[in-house]
Amino acid sequence: MIKPLIQGLTLTLKHFLSPSKVVTMQYPDEKWMPYPRFRGLHELQRDEDGKEKCVACGLCSTVCPSECINLVGAEDKNGNRYAETYEIDMFRCIFCGYCEEVCPEEAIFLRQDYELATENVNDRVYDKEKLLVPIKKKAKKRAKKKSK
Amino acid sequence: MSNAIIIAILAAIKIGIVIGVLLLVIAYLIWVERKVMAHMQIRLGPMRVGWHGLLQPIADGLKLITKEDIIPANASKLLFILSPAIAMVPALLSIAVIPFGDTISIMGVSIDMVITDVNIGILFILAVSSVGVYGILLGGWSSNNKYSLLGGLRSSAQMISYELSMGLSLIGVIMMTESLSLVDTVNAQADLWFVVLQPVAFVVYAISAIAETNRCPFDLPEAETELVSGFHTEYSSMKFALFFMAEYANIITVSAVGVTFFFGGWRGPFLPPVVWFLIKMAMCIFFFVWLRSTFPRFRIDQLMQFAWKVLLPVAIVNVLITGLVMSLL
Repeated sequence: MIKPLIQGLTLTLKHFLSPSKVVTMQYPDEKWMPYPRFRGLHELQRDEDGKEKCVACGLCSTVCPSECINLVGAEDKNGNRYAETYEIDMFRCIFCGYCEEVCPEEAIFLRQDYELATENVNDRVYDKEKLLVPIKKKAKKRAKKKSK
Repeated sequence: MSNAIIIAILAAIKIGIVIGVLLLVIAYLIWVERKVMAHMQIRLGPMRVGWHGLLQPIADGLKLITKEDIIPANASKLLFILSPAIAMVPALLSIAVIPFGDTISIMGVSIDMVITDVNIGILFILAVSSVGVYGILLGGWSSNNKYSLLGGLRSSAQMISYELSMGLSLIGVIMMTESLSLVDTVNAQADLWFVVLQPVAFVVYAISAIAETNRCPFDLPEAETELVSGFHTEYSSMKFALFFMAEYANIITVSAVGVTFFFGGWRGPFLPPVVWFLIKMAMCIFFFVWLRSTFPRFRIDQLMQFAWKVLLPVAIVNVLITGLVMSLL
């Protein structure tokens, strides 16, 4: 009965004598890198020409368990559907990933950003501008060429 | 007449220095415990408030002072307010008889490095620490809360049981020094520390001291997982701070008594006596923190069985053997 006690004491002493081997990550100086399939902040995709992939079918809004997606569809001048308003309420979202699974256009993905706290409660609703992935340079050039 | 005044002034200065150092040490003992316990558990402890968390005790103190002081509706008001003081005062009072160093002389006046050398020193300490049980018991009862009451009852049962073995373990040493005064005990260890002559008594004293101060692995009365927070559930702000400080003051007291009785007090080569005393106390306190970060806690029935069925017989047998050996030599 004494031996396990001594073993425990030597283990903690060993830990104490090597203070550099701690497992603590000093946030915010050291941030944790999530695994590749981590479900963080959403991202709306664009195709190669820089046009948004989302066609405002409403599947993500319907499947969402927390009812946090709010979208209004419209047609652009060529007759193609797009999402005029697309809002996600980050306080309701449970980051389950159902919207990513159900989207037929592969337009929404859940990425790695987990630092979503805001100071103002009205900033909790992320609209399209915050969610859309930025246009890549090549796509910009291609879109310019096409319109010319 | 002037002799009495000089004695009074010297005593006042000694008391002032000792209380000042003691309160500062208690405040920073919190930091030491958190950091040491953290590193023993492969984590860091406070890092943000000041360099490596050095200002954490000050932040804690400020937070506790500015908190709202709540007294539960049906609590016994007088006892509720008095209990933290009853817990704190005996812990501070016991330091009055502990010798910190050899007699020094400043400007021809010889000053004993002890506030008062009572010739019943250890009896005084044991008696005063028994009063500390009242603080916890009354605190638990006056909170008008079932969990606090249970915590107070368990704690008082534990403390009474372990006081017996603590006293008996010290009797072995007292038999060898033939004096209850602590100054005589330190002087009797000029050749050999009593930890060598009375190892069993030392082990019994160490375990009893940990149980007396309600420290892990004997901290069931304040176990957060079992009893919400034990006897100090209902306390907030400075009353809670007083209970907390009383616990650390108790640790310092039993470490000081242990050092005086078993490790030669302030005796040691080369360095000045006070430094030796502080080094030995620091090792004792490190041992307390080391135990806390390693062991799970005892159940209350295991605790009581251990006190009455193991420690008490061992302490009595130790006294018996000491008496036998002393009569034969």
